[in-house]
Amino acid sequence: MNAVQMAVTDGVTVAKRNSIKILRSMDLLGSIVFMPVMFVLLFGFVFGSVIDIPGISYREFMLPGIFTLAVAMGSIVTGYGLTDDLQKGIIDRFRSLPMSPAAVLIGRTTADLILNVTSLLIMGIVGLLVGWRIHTGVFEALGGVLLLLAFAYALSWVMGTLGLAVRKPEVFNNVASVAIFPLTFLANTFVDSARLPTPLRAIADWNPVSAITQAARELFGNTSAVMPVHDVWPMQHAVLASVLWIVVLLAVFVPLSVRCYKKATSH
Amino acid sequence: MSDAIVAEGLVKKYGKVTALDGMSLRVPEGTVLGVLGPNGAGKTTTVQILTTLQQPDAGRATVAGFDVVKDAPELRSHIGASGQYAAVDLELTGAENLEMVGRLYHLGTKRAKARGRELLARFSLGDAADRPVKGYSGGMRRRLDLAGALVANPPVLFLDEPTTGLDPRARTELWDVITELVAGGTTLLLTTQYLEEADRLADSIAVIDHGRVIARGTADELKDLVGGERIELTVGTHDDVVVAQRALARLASGEPQAEGFRLTVPVTHGAKALTEALALLAVDGVEVRDVGVRRPTLDDVFLTLTGHDVTETAKEAV
Repeated sequence: MNAVQMAVTDGVTVAKRNSIKILRSMDLLGSIVFMPVMFVLLFGFVFGSVIDIPGISYREFMLPGIFTLAVAMGSIVTGYGLTDDLQKGIIDRFRSLPMSPAAVLIGRTTADLILNVTSLLIMGIVGLLVGWRIHTGVFEALGGVLLLLAFAYALSWVMGTLGLAVRKPEVFNNVASVAIFPLTFLANTFVDSARLPTPLRAIADWNPVSAITQAARELFGNTSAVMPVHDVWPMQHAVLASVLWIVVLLAVFVPLSVRCYKKATSH
Repeated sequence: MSDAIVAEGLVKKYGKVTALDGMSLRVPEGTVLGVLGPNGAGKTTTVQILTTLQQPDAGRATVAGFDVVKDAPELRSHIGASGQYAAVDLELTGAENLEMVGRLYHLGTKRAKARGRELLARFSLGDAADRPVKGYSGGMRRRLDLAGALVANPPVLFLDEPTTGLDPRARTELWDVITELVAGGTTLLLTTQYLEEADRLADSIAVIDHGRVIARGTADELKDLVGGERIELTVGTHDDVVVAQRALARLASGEPQAEGFRLTVPVTHGAKALTEALALLAVDGVEVRDVGVRRPTLDDVFLTLTGHDVTETAKEAV
């Protein structure tokens, strides 16, 4: 077996183990799957009653934002799982086995990608139930799903790096929540960011979450015909901007997480 | 007989803390070495270097003929390691835990599954095989962790404080498992804080402190170093102290020491000596208030060898 074959084989084994763990820990499953579902219902019916987006129903406008929020929250599992494995000595056990060292990170991010596929599927069904619809063709819609998953995968590496940098599950949970909430709310996820005050609007316009959400809206056909797209590059070219964000995040955080992994294990 | 484990002058520093300071060990094939030392003495670091988890700053080591740094990837197929805390997945069942380890040793799915079942049965976990580990007791988790180290049937095994934190019954059970294991010819390096554990399981013992070996020998040799067993007894009057001291001098292996109403008598075979001592005292009409045999503890070994006790080293390590 060469190094690549071994990384894949062992990655699958570790991913399988991680998936079983996710399935069997109810608290994890609850926060990752049921919380976004709750958001759909809460935001859809509470915000939806007071926020008016011209030319489109609020729930249709909001759903792509919820998708982005859901996959962003899913990425927390990556960091949490790694810190938990570090603390419980599981990573040391892995390291004493003749397995591919890359498999720990590959298996982790792959399992979390599977989790995000599940999460999106549930979210989509709940969305359809509350009135969200896809108004574009199969290819665009598929593109939207792939884009969301690619973003989720890139964020997994970001959160993985963060987890390996702080190493303690409790610390990571605090840091991750502090990071995820502004990232997902200082954006166009739930509101029309054009109506934000200037400094917040600038952040929202360049926030990768906004690019992904805008791209998803375009690819699912959830944009409003009467609402002008902001005159900033990432909003005007949301799909391209999203792809660039994903590429940049992966290019930075894959090598960085490998470095943090080595450092975390050579304590 | 060749050496399965050789460590020469291992040095490991973490910042300003020197964890290993010239650690040298030899473990002949098929024997058990007990590495005995307090917290912070360098036991875990030694095991981590020998199992390729850490790299030494200086010195060299080979395990099963493989260099622990240069041949690390090959070496990992020839060793099994079980750490201080049971590194098992609580959400997975016992069988799933072992199957995963087997797959990561590249046994293939079928063999990984079969080997897992075989080990579970051997370690009395057969009934619990398909239950999540979450419901296992501490002793069961340790046995599962140990089983994980044996999946690939490695010729060399490392157990880092395998019974720390277990209740006496679980400890005895695990000792039986380990005894059976080494009877099969596995070379074992075992670290422990308990002389009793090293005594029970190891062919020879290396006492370590401040990252190096300060004494080595069999359990009996080490006990002799600290004076072996002693009978401690308390009597009611000063006259009785004098009578008892004189009466017991006959069976003592050294000078009986008196302190107040308390008498300490070094002996060779504690239990037998105790019976004789009580018989002698009964003849002389000495009324014994309290009596017991005390075996040397790690504290005694340490105090004798280093002039400081176990807790001091532990404090320095923090």
